[in-house]
Amino acid sequence: MDTSVTTTAEEKVWGGGNRPLGASYGKLMMWFFIVSDALTFSGFLASYGFSRFKFIETWPIADEVFTHVPFFHGNYPMYYVAFMTFILIMSSVTMVLAVDAGHRMMKNRVILYMFLTIIGGAIFVGSQAWEWATFIRGDYGAVETRGGRILQFVNADTGERAALADFAATLPDTRVAHQRDNGVWFEAEGTLPTYTVEEVAEGLRSNPNILIRTETLNEDGEKTVLNREESLDKIKDARLVVEGANLIRNEYGSRLFADFFFFITGFHGFHVFSGVVINVIIFFNVILGTYERRKHYEMVEKVGLYWHFVDLVWVFVFTFFYLV
Amino acid sequence: MAHDHKLEIFRGFLKFRSNTQKIWGVLVFLTIVTAVEVALGITKPAVLTHNYFLGMKLLNWIFIILTLVKAYYITWDFMHMRDEKSSLRRAVVWTPIFLVAYLIFILLFEADYIYNVWKEGFMAWDF
Repeated sequence: MDTSVTTTAEEKVWGGGNRPLGASYGKLMMWFFIVSDALTFSGFLASYGFSRFKFIETWPIADEVFTHVPFFHGNYPMYYVAFMTFILIMSSVTMVLAVDAGHRMMKNRVILYMFLTIIGGAIFVGSQAWEWATFIRGDYGAVETRGGRILQFVNADTGERAALADFAATLPDTRVAHQRDNGVWFEAEGTLPTYTVEEVAEGLRSNPNILIRTETLNEDGEKTVLNREESLDKIKDARLVVEGANLIRNEYGSRLFADFFFFITGFHGFHVFSGVVINVIIFFNVILGTYERRKHYEMVEKVGLYWHFVDLVWVFVFTFFYLV
Repeated sequence: MAHDHKLEIFRGFLKFRSNTQKIWGVLVFLTIVTAVEVALGITKPAVLTHNYFLGMKLLNWIFIILTLVKAYYITWDFMHMRDEKSSLRRAVVWTPIFLVAYLIFILLFEADYIYNVWKEGFMAWDF
């Protein structure tokens, strides 16, 4: 009986050593750390929801942003993220198998399952790095208006997105990137976009099958495509060419979209990375036989809790960032 | 603690013979749920995207409910919450649920208010 109080326990109630919640100190502290960390992530995701509800009519569509799969060309929305989700759940399974083997004091199995968990974590972190690189590089390019809105381009014949490289005109270019060694002030500037606003505008004017797509969502949840006259009128507002993404602006739409992408998946990726590091430490401890001498594998259980938590957070990030 | 795992899921509908078997069973379930989510996310059935409940698309409600289902099984079976005392379970689970529900309520209402101010107020952002 867990709940019954025996006389001996009553005697040392104030002397320490009680376990009112039936868990050791370390495990309990891991649980409470997880609670506080969960609140941090909830803060991130809730503020994402705040910004999204604020700009509900113009928010980028995640399906159209995350369409790449390594080694494959083409349009595959969601597949790679779903694969990453599966990898993380799978590594959660090997972790819980390691915990289970630890309970039964099977050292070699713990080693095997911990190893597989680390591999899974490494694949996930690597995938996330690739996802970041793809996101930062961008694929189609866009222009930004005077008011900070993003204008993208579509091909009127196919209805598919048009990359700047497909239609931008080549004009004699006089603008060169400013280096710090040839100015009065010792400052350099960032990389200039491949095309200038004039080249994009000229390309739009000379290609009758290119139309502008605005940020605004229509009733079907798709981006509004302007007709030819509206497009030619709208391009006059263009001020900047945007290729890829950084913390200031991105070609996908609302600036906050990229900011939240970097912060939320970055914070999560950092958790996965530290999880892998902690798993490696425990992995070597298991090999060295530390927990055999200690007669229990509770340490594996504790890092297991952390690892499952990381998986749990990803389930929410996956839903709120990629699906909803 | 080694052998006192609770082995039934779905309120006793499915009972496993060992803890290892339960782990694989839960993995199968989570994989199916994720596959359903991805399939819905790619096909986006018009029935679910054109009908709203409490101002949100039915599809998004389905995603959120399935996410909570997944979170439940990860916590209960992978993190062994099912085997913990009810006092520990309540301290860990209800605290964030209460605080997060409160935070979401406040922030989403405020965001919707700002959206309406910009939409209906004397401001334009069409340049």
